Amino acid sequence: MPNVMLRNNAAGDLVFYITKKDHEETVVALEHAGPGTWGGEIQLSDGSRFYLEPFAQPPKLPLTVRVKRL
Amino acid sequence: MSMNRQETEQLIQEVLEVYPEATGKQRAKHLMANDPTLEKSNKCIVANKKALPGVMTARGCAYAGAKGVVWGPVKDVANISHGPVGCGQFSRAGRRNYITGHSGVNIFGDMNFTSDFQEKDVVFGGDKKLAKLIAEIDTLFPLAKGVTVQSECPIGLIGDDIEAVAKKSAKEIGKPVVPVRCEGFRGVSQSLGHHVANDSLRDWVLHTRDDDNSFESTPYDVAITGDYNIGGDAWSSRVLIEEMGLRVIAQWSGDGSIPEMQTTRHAKLNLLHCYRSMNYISRHLEEKYGIPYLEYNFFGPTQIAASLRKIAAHFDSTIQDNAERVIARHQPIMDGLIAKYRPRLEGRRVMLFVGGLRPRHVIGAYEDLGMEIIGAGYEFAHNDDYDRTFKELQDGALIYDDATSFELESFVERLKPDLIGSGIKEKYVFHKMGIPFRQMHSWDYSGPYHGYDGFAIFARDMDMTINNPCWKNMQAPWKRAGAEALKSAA
Repeated sequence: MPNVMLRNNAAGDLVFYITKKDHEETVVALEHAGPGTWGGEIQLSDGSRFYLEPFAQPPKLPLTVRVKRL
Repeated sequence: MSMNRQETEQLIQEVLEVYPEATGKQRAKHLMANDPTLEKSNKCIVANKKALPGVMTARGCAYAGAKGVVWGPVKDVANISHGPVGCGQFSRAGRRNYITGHSGVNIFGDMNFTSDFQEKDVVFGGDKKLAKLIAEIDTLFPLAKGVTVQSECPIGLIGDDIEAVAKKSAKEIGKPVVPVRCEGFRGVSQSLGHHVANDSLRDWVLHTRDDDNSFESTPYDVAITGDYNIGGDAWSSRVLIEEMGLRVIAQWSGDGSIPEMQTTRHAKLNLLHCYRSMNYISRHLEEKYGIPYLEYNFFGPTQIAASLRKIAAHFDSTIQDNAERVIARHQPIMDGLIAKYRPRLEGRRVMLFVGGLRPRHVIGAYEDLGMEIIGAGYEFAHNDDYDRTFKELQDGALIYDDATSFELESFVERLKPDLIGSGIKEKYVFHKMGIPFRQMHSWDYSGPYHGYDGFAIFARDMDMTINNPCWKNMQAPWKRAGAEALKSAA
């Protein structure tokens, strides 16, 4: 259950940052991208996948969340 | 004449042959030939890994990253080196991060506060001594705005509770007391120290005046982060930002202070120079206070102009026009400088091995002078630094992560650069090899190098190093060509 920070970069892509590892990856696929439910399964550009408990509404970014490694 | 990728790969292989097989295999992952088309570095270079036993690394420790880099330049705090006396004493005032004020009255950056651990403190614990020390500092230096406790190795080993002491003492003296868990054995390099120090700023300082709204902010407030004012760098950057009509409300942490840090939350934009050491707090500022951060580069006129425009793009047209005016005012001066120095430096080849941001940030400044970077490497970078480096470097340039002294010397012997930029540990080795050298950690007792004013000094320094007549005298007169004729004449 790593702590990660989600933010949008200058190009508008969603960026996934694993705080403890100083590791930054762009998100290539998000299961529920809103409007409405936001979250679910996250696929990163390096191929790894994570699960984020979905929010009812798209949250204000940047945001630190706990995710599950899949 | 630069090498292509195959030639560079071959050079790496030849240098690695000396190592035992296992070491060679590990080190091979830290060396590569640059490919500017790459976006991500994690497939092609390994970074931020522990140096191997038996090789000579140039890295420092977590204490160096926290006390030396991040907390050291904050002028109005007393940084206690908590532990034996040496760590504080030998790192004191060596970094040339300039500060203004009166030493011992309102600035304390050039002093060494230490708890001077003895055997009995290790056996019985040093918490009482620390509490006494903090009270003493408050009596002797009432204008200090805060105290930080920078742990040295023994603190972590004996399990002292410096957080409890900090909380209690902070109440007693009514100022922030910041425990920093930067024991030297933590992590693989000073990079972890940056992170620990950033976290301590976040947890113990940043929010402490959140309920106080007496600070009058303007829509043009910005903060400079990751500029440590080496030789006055932050000042020569600040004048440009102020010239374009913005107000710098905080400097992190070169010539910075605790009140500046507490009011940083009023900034509208966070200008981040050293990504490596301050991205942590920048991310936090963005999340908690909604202050976006912007990486910029103030080395060399090309990069400065691009950065000024990038900064101005976040503000209205007045600022954008001002930025153009600033660039237009300085450009003729810069053109004159380049016309003077470029013919003397054109085509010279440079190798860099520094920390933080410099191996990628200074490339533009060298290229403005017509010089070429044939190799670059970081002491303690992470993969995100290499992501940012590939685009800046030319194709086929050598990249070395945490290069050992053997590797660096072998590369230099083979590549024969005209200039090397690295640290003090490398400096005299390369001087003895007869190669011009600049100490790029603290600008070799020169500086500033940031901003337009800094570029003038940078160009002069590179010229006087490379074209110094001493390099022609590396060989004894009787060993030179034509010495026989001299002998017969005598």
